[in-house]
Parts: sequence; structure tokens; C-alpha cells
Amino acid sequence: MTTSEQIVFSKESLEVVQKMMLRYPEGKHKSALIPVLHIAQAEFGGWLSAPVMDYVASILMIQPIEVYEVASFYSMFNLKPVGKCLIEVCRTSSCWLCGAEDIIDHIEKKLNITVGETTADGMFTLKAVECLGSCGTAPMMQVGADYHESLTINKVDALLEKFKSEDKQSRYC
Amino acid sequence: MPLVTIDDIPVEVPEGTTILEAARMIGGDIVPPAMCFHSKLKTSGGYCRTCIVKVEQGSAKDPRPIPKPVASCRTTVMDGMVVRNITSPENLEARAGVVELLLINHPLDCPVCDQAGECHLQDLGYEHGKEATRYEFARREFEPTDIGEHIKLHMNRCILCYRCVKVADQITDGRCHGVINRGEVAEISTYIEKAIDNDFSGNVIDVCPVGALTDKTFRFKSRVWFTKPVDAHRNCAKCCGKVRLWYQGEEVLRVTARKDQWGEVEDNTDGTTAWICNECRFDKKNTTDWTIEGPSKIDRHSVISANHYETSLRNIKADTLKMMGSVPHGVKVELGTGALDPNNLHK
Amino acid sequence: MSKKLLLKNDHIPNIHQLAVYRAHGGYAVLENTLKNSNPDHVLEEVKKSGLRGRGGAGFPTGLKWSFLARPEGVSRYLVCNADESEPGTFKDRYLMERIPHLLIEGMILSSFALGAKTSYIYIRGEYFYVARILEAAIAEAYAAGLLGKNILGSGFDHDCYVQVGAGAYICGEETALLESLEGKRGNPRIKPPFPAVAGLYGCPTVVNNVETIAAVVLILELGGDEYAKIGIGKSTGTKLISASGHINNPGVYEIELGVPVEEFIYSEQYCGGIRGGRKLKAVVAGGSSVPILPAELILKTANGEPRLMSYESLGDGGFATGTMLGSGGFIVMDEDTSIVKNLYTFARFYHHESCGQCSPCREGTGWMEKILHKILEGHGTMQDIDLLWDIQSKIEGKTICPLGEAAAWPVAAAIRHFRSEFESYVQNPENIKDIKHYYRLQN
Repeated sequence: MTTSEQIVFSKESLEVVQKMMLRYPEGKHKSALIPVLHIAQAEFGGWLSAPVMDYVASILMIQPIEVYEVASFYSMFNLKPVGKCLIEVCRTSSCWLCGAEDIIDHIEKKLNITVGETTADGMFTLKAVECLGSCGTAPMMQVGADYHESLTINKVDALLEKFKSEDKQSRYC
Repeated sequence: MPLVTIDDIPVEVPEGTTILEAARMIGGDIVPPAMCFHSKLKTSGGYCRTCIVKVEQGSAKDPRPIPKPVASCRTTVMDGMVVRNITSPENLEARAGVVELLLINHPLDCPVCDQAGECHLQDLGYEHGKEATRYEFARREFEPTDIGEHIKLHMNRCILCYRCVKVADQITDGRCHGVINRGEVAEISTYIEKAIDNDFSGNVIDVCPVGALTDKTFRFKSRVWFTKPVDAHRNCAKCCGKVRLWYQGEEVLRVTARKDQWGEVEDNTDGTTAWICNECRFDKKNTTDWTIEGPSKIDRHSVISANHYETSLRNIKADTLKMMGSVPHGVKVELGTGALDPNNLHK
Repeated sequence: MSKKLLLKNDHIPNIHQLAVYRAHGGYAVLENTLKNSNPDHVLEEVKKSGLRGRGGAGFPTGLKWSFLARPEGVSRYLVCNADESEPGTFKDRYLMERIPHLLIEGMILSSFALGAKTSYIYIRGEYFYVARILEAAIAEAYAAGLLGKNILGSGFDHDCYVQVGAGAYICGEETALLESLEGKRGNPRIKPPFPAVAGLYGCPTVVNNVETIAAVVLILELGGDEYAKIGIGKSTGTKLISASGHINNPGVYEIELGVPVEEFIYSEQYCGGIRGGRKLKAVVAGGSSVPILPAELILKTANGEPRLMSYESLGDGGFATGTMLGSGGFIVMDEDTSIVKNLYTFARFYHHESCGQCSPCREGTGWMEKILHKILEGHGTMQDIDLLWDIQSKIEGKTICPLGEAAAWPVAAAIRHFRSEFESYVQNPENIKDIKHYYRLQN
């Protein structure tokens, strides 16, 4: 996904998008914007470049700025490239109470990056995020679409090892 | 017609009038300040919270007070409503709090800001602000950017009033700028530094209450208070052609739409809003381009009026005639009837 | 007072599947209602039940429904708020994950009562896998004729869709949710008009929390009057509580409203006491935005009466000595907890989640976070504590939506009840605990 001619949804994705647009009343297809952006992010490398957002605008027949406004509002949309494996560790109250900062510190050391950075090989991106609704199973992290809960240092180590061979960018698609 | 009492002054207003509009009908000091509301822009208002008032009695039918302060620009009056603005110390305190918050990230770069002298945030800070800031952290900063050839965006100064976005939405086709990002770092942007390619894009400058969107053709040319506003018109195929020229000496430094006492773009006689096109605004900087009507009435309590029109009517006449004298030969001069009416002058 | 209504079947294997759900009585209420009842009757039962919105505000559901405008020829919508994002709250996720059909049955029943032909379940984007579970359940329901045209031969048509968000706490505010559902930024709308008059696509809309909608099924099963007998006073029925923090048994518990807080914290049936046998220091009883209370005030009211898990009892004493039931996000802190640091995580959260639309919240949330950070770094002054208090008071009540209050209340309550801790951090920075690593996470 680097040149604009490659920015076209796969046939399957297009079918999903078309079906999705039928969920809304006539003329209200802009409602599909957020779900379609999720699909675009998953399909075009885990982030939303300006050309990708323009493409989404063209599909939904809205102005590109309407897409930029929305994409930049929601924290799940990446407007910059991220690693193949996006690790998001929750750090709000309950997770913090149960050791989230130890988890973050450990991952930082292990991957030799700080929060917000991507490893040199482009494999891992680490983010600290706000409450993901997993407070009873704290500490936790979300990797791709999956929740990993009741974390311990050993559990994190095992997961990182496993992720090395996986692409965990994909979200809703 | 609903009867509303604002700061002990009763006024009868048409159904659907907002508290702010009702206060403006009364006029004077009881009118709440409004930074984001603009009467010519639909759905504007409600964001800045400077116009908050206390509703002591909801209506005659339901006299209970509204527990929280309300945005007067977005709250419709009810019959029997009792509102307090400047007669409520609590309300003034709440407003001062809002003003303090609006200013914590503002760069206070008035000495180098082209809006200084006609800035609503300056007025607001002067009337409701504190002497010093209690904010000790780094202010948020953005690089100034160009929105096309003629418009400069100083995001540092923006208070996110959304007026420019409403202009782009309501009077230009194919909006290409908006608010991106979230929360404290939200900003006005085209996202990919696009020019606003539209004949009416310059109106975003006129609605900006602060110096966030300024006219690059006027940039650093002068200070507002050194220029003299004159109303003029021309036959324009695109817009109403009714403008305000800002002279320094014989040079037109700036062209803007005409604004009323609330700093909002005036209406034409047919009830439409007197937005002006980019050609009139940016390209017609010669007196010969225009038919001069006379000096502008500046009702707003501003340095603009302070400098030029506070003297007696005679002086104003003299000034006007002097200025007329400076109009190059062959330009038709129409004496605006309203311009010399003492009722229209700043008191 | 264990009373399981919503979660009476959550232990049954594969209850998320339609066949299993039906085998345990699922959709019987819907079938019975569509065949033998009418929308007004459903509304009446919900009113009689005294059910209050389970999302946090606790507004009577029947009353909310009765506000719905019903102009001729205009579509009406039911929107389920599954944007559960209040820190400390994870009950809706549990309910949707375990028993998705209970929510769907509730959606159809409520839509029948409201005359809504279409409904949407707006779920936070991070709950991606839960959205998948719901979509699978909805597909099953369509296949079985429980959704779509002429449901169970009743003549009632209804479509229900899942809509995912993309990470924004503010979309839990109902008008921000509607904006988001329309494909826009999650900026709360200025009210009025209220959604009941002009909501989704400008049409009359009811927005209800997941648990609220699920409870409608139980209300119709028991009858409104019977439901109202459960609980205590105006706190009728059962409530899902998300328990987290320093307790032995964190998780989601269904309680009959009125359980003593002390029992809830210490009984083996619920939280099972404080981890490691430590002492209780404080509790945030209803999700991050409600006032934190120190142990003595959460266990007993200022009058010395046992504090109960109910809207009224938790609210007893106002904000001076009380708190709120809120969303039921019950966060427990042991004696070693730094209240200032916990508050910092809340302040950081609200700063991150402020939509930026109105000035007090946009500017004030960041300011509060920065001051707390300064105090935690050992650079705080006594004036900073007063300044924090002042800033929160300037945000509270001045904003478009309740996020202003949500950000202000935790700050006010922490200073109100734990001022000495702030002061000790200021006066003796060496007292600032090793706040980062004090928890001693185990390998």
C-alpha cells in the first residue's frame, strides 16, 4: 500500500461495505464511515494514510475532510504507521492498581522501546491506553483485536514470543 | 409573546427567541459576551460557554430554577423566565472561570497579532479576565499554516468556536477544512494543507473572533486602530459587493464584510447576509474599484471607534469631507445617509 | 441477598447459542408479549417496575420511554448504549459476551413497546470480539424468525444491527453516541432538543444501556409489580456490579439492590475481602466519575447507618459524605494505595477523553492532569491543591455534557476526603510512595 492505484478494497471487503450501507436509511450511508474505516485500516497496512481516507470518502460519497475529522477523533484509528503487532496496555485506575505500570516497564525493557514507539524491525508498537473495560481481570492488554487479561510478567513473555510470528494489526473486518 | 426578565429588565420577545437575542434587544451591559455564537450561522454557539447565565426561574408554568448555568445563545426563552447575568455575582464568577480557561493556552501575542484592536477575546479578557495567569505549564503550540494563498491560520490563537467550520459548511460548497484531532489538541485544519478553493472562503476571516484566521494581504501592514473604516460598494457578479474598506492614508489596506455592533456580518436589505466574495476582499484594493458611501458606523466599543468618531458630529462631518476630498477625481461619492446620523454614532 | 435475574443462566454452557438460550426459556417472554400483549402494556410494566437506567444516570426508564415523540409517519429508533467505557465498569461486556440473546430479546421487546422498526447496538470498538458474538446471535435470531419481517407471525417487523465505535469514552454520552452512529465525531449535541424528540437522523430516539434493555425481559417475565418488590425503596430490581481493584474475587456480580456495602466487600459470595488481608482504604463505588469515599464513609453513612448498595443509600449525605451508584463500577483500594496517583490516572483519562468541543473541559482537564503530575513528581505546592479545587469548580456544571462533572467530581472528592495525603506529598516529597511499582506484581 504505497501508491494510490493500489488503494482499492478487495472484492470481499467491498461486498461487506455494500451490505453494511444497507443497515442505514436511504441517504444516511455516512453512518458506515467508522466501520468502513476499520476495514480500511485492516486492509491497508494497519493505519490510515491520507490517500486511504480519500478513497473511503469517495466510496461513501462524502468530502475527504469529513473522513479526516472522524479518523483523527477516535483513538483506534492510526494516522501513522504502526508495527505488525500493536500492543496496547491499559493503565487506568484498576489496571494501575493491579500493576499495569510493571507490565509496561517490562515490555519497554524487553522490546527496547518506550511507549509510543515501534521496534526497529517494524514488528512491535507499544501504546499505553485508557480503560478497555477489563478492570476485573487487570492488568490487561489488547493486541490486535484480542484481549489478554490477568497478565503476569511470565504471561507477557510467553505472549511476546508467540506474537513474533504473527500479524496482529487487524481490527474489525 | 413570551415575557422574559433579564437582570430585572423585562422584555417581550417573539416565540423561539434565545436568551442572548432577548438580551441584545434590551442592549447595554446586560448583554452576555458571545465568542462562538454568530447570528448568521445556523447551529452556531454553545461551545465557548462565555455567554452563560443563571436562570432563576424556568418559566411562569414551571418556576423552578435551572440548576446549572445555561448557554444563553442556545437556550430559548420561556414565558415568565427570570434570568440573571451581571446581577449575579455567582454568574460573573463562573464566566471569569471560563475566560481564565479560554486564556490558559492562548499565546497572548497581541502585540504581533493583526486582530488586536478588534479581537473579541481581548475584549473578553479585559472585561472578565484576571490580571495574571495561574497557568504555569507550557502552552500548546502549533506552527502557523497557510490555508491557500490569502488566509493565514494561527492555530495557537484559536478558541475552537467552530464559526469558520460553519461558514465552510453553510456558505461554500465542498467544505475542505474542519476540526481534526480530539480534546486539547483539536485543531482547525484541512489535514493535508489544502487551499480552500472557493469564492467565499475569505469569510472565515470575518467570522473568526480572534486572530486565528487572518487576511494575508493585510498581514503586518498596520494596526487596526491606525486604519479608517469606510463603507463602499461595487457591482459584483458574485456577491452583494457591499464592503468595508480599511484605509491608511489613501491606501486601502484591507477589505472586509460589514459587521454590526455585535461584530457579526450584517444583513442585506433583502434579509440575506452580506458575505463578500474573495475577489472583493483580496483583489479590489484600489479606491477606484469602489463607490464610497462614507465612514463606517462602528458601534462596538472598540479602539476602532475610539480613535476616530468620538468627537462631535461637526468633526465627523469635517473628517468625512476631508476624506471625501482625498477620493481621486472621477470616483462617484454617495453620501451615506446613515453615516451622519448622530443616533448611529458611538456614544 | 443473592438474587439472580439477568445472570440466572450465565453458568450454563453455550448459553450464547440460540438453541441453548431457548431451551432455558429464552424468547418465551417475547413470544408471549407479541401474541398476547400490546406496546402500551409493555410500557406500563416497565413504568411499574421502577427500573432506572443502568448506564450511570439512574433516570427512570419508563419515564424516558414515555417522553418519546410519536409524530405520524416519522421513524422511531431504539439505540442500545454498549459503549461501556467508564473506568471500573465491565458488566455490559460480560452480559453481552455470555448471554447475547438476552440483550437481543430485550431490544425486540423494547422496540415493540416504542414502535421502533430499527434498532442499533452501538458497541465500543475495542469490544470487537463481543460485537462478533452479538452479530452471530443476531444472525441466529434472523434465521429463526425472531428478527426481520413479521416476527413470530405477529405482524411486527424489526431489524437490529450492531455498530462498532472506534475508541472514544465520550460516545457513552447519548447524543455523542448518536453523532458517532451518524458517522461523525463524537461531539455531544447541545440539548434541547433531546433525543426523544430529535435523536438519530433527527428522528425520535430512545437510548438505553445494555443492562437496562436486558432487564426489560425480566420485568415482563415477572411483571412490573413483582420486579418492583425486589430491591429497596426506589432502587428496585437487581444491578450488575463490576468489582475490581484490591479484592480477592474481582468480577461481575448481580446483586439485589440494598445489599450492605460491607457485605459486598467482605462476603465470600462477592468480593471476598481485601487481597493479602490488608485494610480497606477507599472505594470508588460507581465508576471513575463518582466521588471516592474513604473506608469509614463507604461502609457507614455519616449518621452511622450501614451503607447499602442502592441509589439512595450511596447518595446519602450528598457529595459531602456520600457518593453515587453510577454505573456500578466498584473499585476497591487497599491501605497502601496512593489516592493522589489513582486520581492522576482518572485525570489523565478525562483529559484524554475530552472531545474538545467546549472550552472548560477542553482546557481544564489538561490543566488538572498537569498539576497532579507536578505534585506526584514532588514539585507540588500547597497552592496547587487549592488551584486544583478551584479548577474543578470552574469546570463542573459549565460544560455541554456531563464529562465536565465526571472530570471534576473525582478531583473534588479526593481533595475533600484525602487532603492530608496531598499535603504530605507537597510538604515531604519523600512521602510520595514508590507509586509506580508499589503493587509488587507477581511473576
